[in-house]
Amino acid sequence: MINKVVSGADEAIQDITDGSVLMLGGFGLCGIPENTISALIRKGVRDLTCISNNAGVDDFGIGLMLKTRQVRKMISSYVGENAEFERQLLSGELEVELIPQGTLAERIRAGGAGIPAFFTPTGYGTEVAEGKEARQFENGKWYILESWLKADFAIVKAWKGDKTGNLVFRGTARNFNPMMATAGRITIAEVEELVEPGELDPNQIHTPGVFVQRIYQGAAYEKRIEQRTTRKA
Amino acid sequence: MALDKFQIAKRIARELRDGYYVNLGIGIPTLVANYIPAGVNVELQSENGLLGMGPFPLEAEVDADYINAGKQTITTLPGSSIFSSSDSFGMIRGGHIQLTILGAMEVSENGDIANWKIPGKMVKGMGGAMDLVASTDNIVVAMMHTNKEGESKLLPKCELPLTGKGCIKKVCTDLGFFEIRDGAFHLLELAPGVTVEEVKSKTAGKLVIAPDVKEMTF
Repeated sequence: MINKVVSGADEAIQDITDGSVLMLGGFGLCGIPENTISALIRKGVRDLTCISNNAGVDDFGIGLMLKTRQVRKMISSYVGENAEFERQLLSGELEVELIPQGTLAERIRAGGAGIPAFFTPTGYGTEVAEGKEARQFENGKWYILESWLKADFAIVKAWKGDKTGNLVFRGTARNFNPMMATAGRITIAEVEELVEPGELDPNQIHTPGVFVQRIYQGAAYEKRIEQRTTRKA
Repeated sequence: MALDKFQIAKRIARELRDGYYVNLGIGIPTLVANYIPAGVNVELQSENGLLGMGPFPLEAEVDADYINAGKQTITTLPGSSIFSSSDSFGMIRGGHIQLTILGAMEVSENGDIANWKIPGKMVKGMGGAMDLVASTDNIVVAMMHTNKEGESKLLPKCELPLTGKGCIKKVCTDLGFFEIRDGAFHLLELAPGVTVEEVKSKTAGKLVIAPDVKEMTF
């Protein structure tokens, strides 16, 4: 067994330095690596480029790292719901690159799968296509060339993981986590429950351990809900 | 009387067909789920990674790991499936989702759509909208016919930055139901009590009145 276990978030991120490019899993606040984000704030690394579908809210998720001015650039598909983000963007402290959500997902997948670029119909004829090669394929439709995305560190959150780094996600907390796990030079996985090899059914693994370099059980999970919506019985 | 947002949703729900996989955008499109016709079985896709989206949970069922693309807590249904964001957009771009319903700021007579960016205002991002409009053949736009200033949102050419080019074929507004083809908005149905004259006066893009234009009934 190849043992990937580290003692906790602080050890997992010990070699993340100023200027690193990070991927952070999650959609909204669902499935975000909250313990690792707390450790990044404790460590105080700065000038980070964060690739993440969203940028958290003012007081949770990546929003906490914006508040401490640790993020230089966000690469995301949607960054609403964050007043501090807006302030830093308008004042020029923060750079933002907006990418269509499916293109973001596929660029990350490509990064992990060794595909340097691909053609997608998304964004053809819009400002997203500016400066990119466009090509018409045999179906008559136009596509634009998009390149892979990789990160120095991919930081993901899973429900369960074993000591060799196999991961299982739960519900829609899966989202960007599986692709990001494949696209980091170093992938750090935090899990709600860390188990022994053999406890997870090999047929049910979402992310094989080969993609994960470090794994730890998160100390605490708030799992905050952004829009609590319910129906009456 | 112009349609309210619930009636727009109700009219658009008539576009659903048995066996469709459907992606509903945020706002009026979400309401369409409340008006699925009897006998029509559809599965709703949430692009953050769920097919077979169920209703909002009961208070006791709320689970932070189950949300929709609007970040609202939701439930699954028997037969639901869960997948990654890349699988989700694979099924969208791959043409496996039969119908997309979304909102818009502007639509043009050649089917262009603008719904993500207003120059000079804080841009939040396009989310999955560009992928959806570039990929689905069958897209219905749900929107008000005019903006807050009373200006037409059905235009000869979009003035705002585009979300997609030549991709919209159907539009339902508070005034009527339109098909876009041959470079024009074709008025097929009028909201109850709305006149052709009113639609003409509020439509800046090229408008064709279908010879058999009829009034919607609810």
